[in-house]
Amino acid sequence: MIPASFEYFSPRTVPEAVNLLVRYGQEAKLLAGGHSLVPLMKLRLAAPRYVVDLNRIDGLSYIREADGFLRLGALTRHAEIETSELMRGRYPLLADAARVISDPLVRNMGTIGGSLAHADPAGDWGAAMLAAGAEIVATGPGGTRTIPVEEFFEGTFVTALRPDEILTEIRLPQAGRGQGGAYLKLERKVGDFAIAAVGVALALDGDGACRRVGIGLCNVGSTSLRAEKAARLLTGQKPDDATVARAAAAAAAECDPASDLRGPAEYKRDVVRVLTARAVRLAAQRARGGA
Amino acid sequence: MGTRISVTVNGTVREADVEPRLLLVHFIREILGMTGTHIGCDTTNCGACTVLLDGRAVKSCTIFAVQADGRAVMTVEGLARDGQLHPLQEAFHQQHGLQCGFCTPGMMMAAYAFLQRTPNPTEEQIRWGISGNLCRCTGYVNIVAAIKDAAEKLRASPARAGGRG
Repeated sequence: MIPASFEYFSPRTVPEAVNLLVRYGQEAKLLAGGHSLVPLMKLRLAAPRYVVDLNRIDGLSYIREADGFLRLGALTRHAEIETSELMRGRYPLLADAARVISDPLVRNMGTIGGSLAHADPAGDWGAAMLAAGAEIVATGPGGTRTIPVEEFFEGTFVTALRPDEILTEIRLPQAGRGQGGAYLKLERKVGDFAIAAVGVALALDGDGACRRVGIGLCNVGSTSLRAEKAARLLTGQKPDDATVARAAAAAAAECDPASDLRGPAEYKRDVVRVLTARAVRLAAQRARGGA
Repeated sequence: MGTRISVTVNGTVREADVEPRLLLVHFIREILGMTGTHIGCDTTNCGACTVLLDGRAVKSCTIFAVQADGRAVMTVEGLARDGQLHPLQEAFHQQHGLQCGFCTPGMMMAAYAFLQRTPNPTEEQIRWGISGNLCRCTGYVNIVAAIKDAAEKLRASPARAGGRG
């Protein structure tokens, strides 16, 4: 399969890339890892006239803690998050999510920023970032602005990014004591999108009650979803079996899956229920200092 | 529309004028005439087109050749040195790590990158490591055995680990 012809740019700086977006607007597409865009172009579902390759811009790939945030450069590859000691040690939600994205070869190219900007409801990072309470940093002609992730996904493949903005960084609250996370995914086979997946981030206080809870759901709605009712049911409570079961049932009720090749909607709802319970328990166990 | 690119392929600098839409796998197969890298599904699923790009195993059907400009590509043709099969190739031969052979170049390139990071892998790690490469013959048992054997050969003679990448 051969993509339609396009003009190719490989800017060396973010301002140069932004200028190209200003000049070409909706006719330009940004190329990060390319593992969503290139397949779409090969199928001619996308035929941008201008492709702006971000891969030659230095300084967009990093994982670091600074100023109370975990900062991830938009061009950080899934594999870099998967294998990072910092991620495995302090951000298990992200390490879990990274290792179940597609397959190892795709993870060597695909980027966290590209995945979020693509806004596929089946993308794992959307659910993980909703759970984590992330902020998206966008850079445009007027400088940078920060978008809370819960305002970022406006529809299927539609985000709050303006046509002349580039997603340049993802910021998460820096991990502290008593925090835990987990991301669990059910897929038909390695490399497939999720039947459903659930991300959980929580913090336990000294009494073992949940202080802050975020739950994100993948591929069970027209966008990545936040399970707000489920999170509310857990907040201030100890994650005992009855509470976890109530929260899991709430998550199943508030998602909106479609019946398709991956199964009927009722089945997916039940997958959400089971995965939510397991992910909350695993996140709580990690918050207590267990594996 | 031609864009001049210069790519180091298996240690040799190769230059060409290409259309930006030319995929890396087509550059390798059609412009360079190196047909060891296969096109299987053409949809980023099967891994038959796996090559190393600056040392990372990637699917060359999902990367534009212009993205490889100034970078190093290693293909299956880069495994053997001085007429000597690479230990991975020997192991696939000896363990019969193939049936029809179509997935084999991609399997070996994925395994090459995998073994560099994981020189003493468990079977579970090997299966995880090649999970982006499909064998339609389902010959996985012998493929896994071949990679395990290659790991042992490479640990015994590390000098043979490098290809011409």
